[in-house]
Amino acid sequence: MALDHRKSIFNFVGTRPDRPDGLDKVTGRARFGADAYAPGMLHGAILRSPHAHARIVRIDTSKAEALKDVKAIVTRADFAVLPFKPGLEGEFWNVLENVMAGEKALYDGHAIAAVAATSALAARDALKLIEVEYEVLPHVTDVDNAMAADAPVIREGAADYSVPEGMHPNVVRYHESGHGDVEAGFAEADLVIEDSFVTEATHQGYIEPHACLASLGMDGKGELWCTTQGHWYAQKYCATLLGIETAQLRVTASEIGGGFGGKTTVFIEPVALALSRKANRPVKLVMNRSEVFRSTGPTSSASMDIKIGMKKDGTITAAQGIFRLQGGAFPGAPGDLTAMCAFAPYDLTNVRQVGYDVIANRPKQAAYRAPGAPMGAFAVESVLDELCNQLGLDPVDVRLKNAAAEGSKASYGPTYERIGLVETLEAAKAHPHYSAPLKPGQGRGISCGFWFNHGGETSVSLALSEDGSAQVMVGTPDIGGSRASMALMAAEVLGIPYENIRVTVADTASLGYNDVSHGSRVTYASGLATIKAANHAVEKLCERAAAKWGIPVDAVKWEDGCAVPSGPNAGDFDPLPLADITADMGATGGPISGHFEATPEGAGVSFGTHIVDAEVDSETGKTSIVRYTVIQDAGKAIHPTYVEGQYQGGAAQGIGWALNEEYIYGEDGRLQNSIFLDYRIPVASDLPMIDTVIVEVPNPGHPFGVRGVGETGIVPPLAAIANAVSNAAGVRMKQLPMSPPRILAALKEK
Amino acid sequence: MDYHSPASFAEASALAQNATGITRFLAGGTDVLVQLRSELVTPDTLIDIKKINGVHDITRNSDGSWTLGVAATGAEMSEHPELGHDWPGVVEAMDLIGSTQVQGRATLTGNLCNGSPAADSVPAMVAAGVTVTVTGPEGARDVAVENIPTGPGKTSLAKGEVISSVNIPARGENGGDAYLRFIPRTEMDIAVVGVGVNLRLDGDIITEARVSLGAVAPTVLLVEEAARAIIGTTLDDAALDALTAAASAACNPIDDKRGTIAFRTEVAGVLAKRTAKIAYARAKGEQA
Ligand SMILES: Cc1cc2nc3c(=O)[nH]c(=O)nc-3n(C[C@H](O)[C@H](O)[C@H](O)COP(=O)(O)OP(=O)(O)OC[C@H]3O[C@@H](n4cnc5c(N)ncnc54)[C@H](O)[C@@H]3O)c2cc1C
Repeated sequence: MALDHRKSIFNFVGTRPDRPDGLDKVTGRARFGADAYAPGMLHGAILRSPHAHARIVRIDTSKAEALKDVKAIVTRADFAVLPFKPGLEGEFWNVLENVMAGEKALYDGHAIAAVAATSALAARDALKLIEVEYEVLPHVTDVDNAMAADAPVIREGAADYSVPEGMHPNVVRYHESGHGDVEAGFAEADLVIEDSFVTEATHQGYIEPHACLASLGMDGKGELWCTTQGHWYAQKYCATLLGIETAQLRVTASEIGGGFGGKTTVFIEPVALALSRKANRPVKLVMNRSEVFRSTGPTSSASMDIKIGMKKDGTITAAQGIFRLQGGAFPGAPGDLTAMCAFAPYDLTNVRQVGYDVIANRPKQAAYRAPGAPMGAFAVESVLDELCNQLGLDPVDVRLKNAAAEGSKASYGPTYERIGLVETLEAAKAHPHYSAPLKPGQGRGISCGFWFNHGGETSVSLALSEDGSAQVMVGTPDIGGSRASMALMAAEVLGIPYENIRVTVADTASLGYNDVSHGSRVTYASGLATIKAANHAVEKLCERAAAKWGIPVDAVKWEDGCAVPSGPNAGDFDPLPLADITADMGATGGPISGHFEATPEGAGVSFGTHIVDAEVDSETGKTSIVRYTVIQDAGKAIHPTYVEGQYQGGAAQGIGWALNEEYIYGEDGRLQNSIFLDYRIPVASDLPMIDTVIVEVPNPGHPFGVRGVGETGIVPPLAAIANAVSNAAGVRMKQLPMSPPRILAALKEK
Repeated sequence: MDYHSPASFAEASALAQNATGITRFLAGGTDVLVQLRSELVTPDTLIDIKKINGVHDITRNSDGSWTLGVAATGAEMSEHPELGHDWPGVVEAMDLIGSTQVQGRATLTGNLCNGSPAADSVPAMVAAGVTVTVTGPEGARDVAVENIPTGPGKTSLAKGEVISSVNIPARGENGGDAYLRFIPRTEMDIAVVGVGVNLRLDGDIITEARVSLGAVAPTVLLVEEAARAIIGTTLDDAALDALTAAASAACNPIDDKRGTIAFRTEVAGVLAKRTAKIAYARAKGEQA
């Protein structure tokens, strides 16, 4: 197909039209998770453990059940009834255990029981009547403590085959990779720096709490409406946990008020379905903010040791990192991804990385934009900055000298295809920000960042209407303006205006399986499938034109929204516009649609470079971010405004993570800051205008050259800000967040 | 829960006197309703004082002093044409509370009676020498603001007592006040340290001063040593150093999720110095 050759001249792609969901969102017409209602609907509420680690001795629900407003109560026993899927294993078991505790409460906020009642107030009142007897057990919430010999064992046998013998049972997965000989490399270095770094867990902080409306009949047929990044995932997990057939549960994704990875799994959805099945009525469940913080997936916390050797000219001779990630009470902390990403921007002869996945008494971590990568970048890029400072080298020059390029062997194994890291570094060097003078008390920081990007199962359908408009059905919830990008790509292929295309996120009954909106995959994978589905429709349009003209189909080509003869030999026919073909398609062969499904493999890795200026008040330790520039390779920016939005969003979240956001646990293992007053996400006035530069080094794996852009933008900020703050304060900051008390303490010790 | 909206403070006082269980007065509700919604405090009796005549009034008396109704909001204070000219510190402290939405409801009295050691308007009121009129079963009395809070969430008000007005002294000549707080962000946060300073000059010399600290002890503090450190000085470097030391020495904070003991103690001194400079400049009639 002609369009498989990369296009470089575009009519629609690269323009900035209004987003199709914009009006609904600014007028309040958009329907989010909590905006669904059903006749006879009940309201659910969940009882949660106040203990970090406790055996559940007894649950007595009789007093709550006696209330006339209460229609159903479920505990773990209600999930054990699995007619055709008796034993759950692996991640299914983990998710079940997480959505409703079994024998033990594993963290503060772990679900213990749930109620459905005629009003939200009645449901909450009923929770107070449920009696739970706990036998409190010793707990551990810190990653280094959880690996120590005397740490309480959270779950025997949770470790998989990868863990070397002799490790604490809380170490559940182990990863080691690299190449070359690091010891030999360190011996060649003029300077070797070795240091340790710590980051706290942060939450994705999406504005919309989890919410769903579930209806499940005794016939095993169900409907679920929920706010999610992946409704096929929700379908598969809910069906499995409830013991029903996947196809009998239809899941519809609502508009989503942010996810950032945190809505790639299920929490309340299986519980609402279980309540509905028991009450035989629809059940709505909506979390409050405190539940979101205590019981959904924050990111992992990390403890890391880095050692890097460098020659006087800036050549890195060897690099080694040990990354310990704590991801709550279940396996899944991305220690492997941290390790694989940490040195990925550099072309290294000798590199070794080790990652640990450690469990502790905290909520099960969930993905958060480039899961695992920001922490590793923080540690590695801090050491690089220190090497540059001590050797008197320019931080961009050193990164350019060591930058990976096409043909470099990545630190995690493969050989890179065409990548754009060097271009982002060159753009950084040329950017006026990089040479702007700093005021006293200010410091500048640089960091690079890497993310894999992902393809995943993808299925898209496109149908043309008689009037020549087109509808596109995708299966990836729109978390960043993707409906606009899909419409632009379809417009590009079909040659009809953007406004004539409506893109819908279809429910699970309307398309084949689609992977979650994660891995920066949507514009890449659903985009690729949209282009191919449009091509499929174009083939049929050309067939109809060929039949009308009485010429062979290969004598017809598609140009600017019209079928035209492919050359002078094909005959002399006026261009036939799309709308003329669709106008009588019923009579010329029936409806015209296009379809494409695949698991595309060419996602194309992505790199970025950030420049940050920070100002530190040396008397109070307070940091202001005074200037910020994001430079990132987008491959091809389909809708540049939404690409810039992703860049700015990554930086904004990174600023929060670097400066003030953190999960704070007390001695008792309880989360102390489960409201936005004390979980200090940046407010608008904390942020400078975040400047963006879109670099476009086309991805060979996409017809238009797209690389995902959603995640890479959060990889460099922690490091870039830490470097800026350390340079401003004159002391290396090795722990995140760099809250004012930590900075002031570091200044005192200087 | 019983809801009442009495027409007078005597009636409000009687309702509170006869109530059982948990009683709350409802001014702006920005503490009461938030605590209710998050199930921290569910009152049995809610007495809305906003329907009482005159509670929104901001009045300058003939002697130059001010009387503020107990439902006068932060927004009404900020928009008043003269109050901020006389008492910029009190007005800026109140204005720091919450967002625009919260400003449309929140009151000085609510901020004081909620009893938070970190309440922003309280150090400014203490520094300014503000008193409140308390109406109770036995009649009315005036109480200095610093004598209202007795600990986190606690006040000296007895059962049946309600605050019926806020009284700010006359500004007088050559005076200035200021309030600064430390928060890790730029807004929508809770004070880790708050400092109110109010002073009067004779020429360049400070003749009167009051320094008050918030969020560094179980209640807002009136720190006489800190005032003494600057009275009789021109706020020169030595005076500022003495003020810094006195403010830090007065701290008796806790370690918590919002800040450490060492941090609060250190920053209280820094902020005292910065606040005093602003108050001094204002007393001299300079922009600050
Ligand atoms: C989003 C948000 C941000 C906030 N930010 C800040 C901030 O930055 N700084 C800060 O200090 N506070 C802040 N607050 C807390 C709150 O807004 C303030 O404490 C406010 O001043 C309370 O005033 P109110 O009129 O709303 O009080 P209410 O909630 O009506 O009452 C508070 C308390 O005062 C008592 N009370 C009220 N009137 C009387 C009376 N006449 N006599 C006796 N007792 C009375 C009530 O019984 C209750 O205990 C914030 C609150 C929110 C929701």
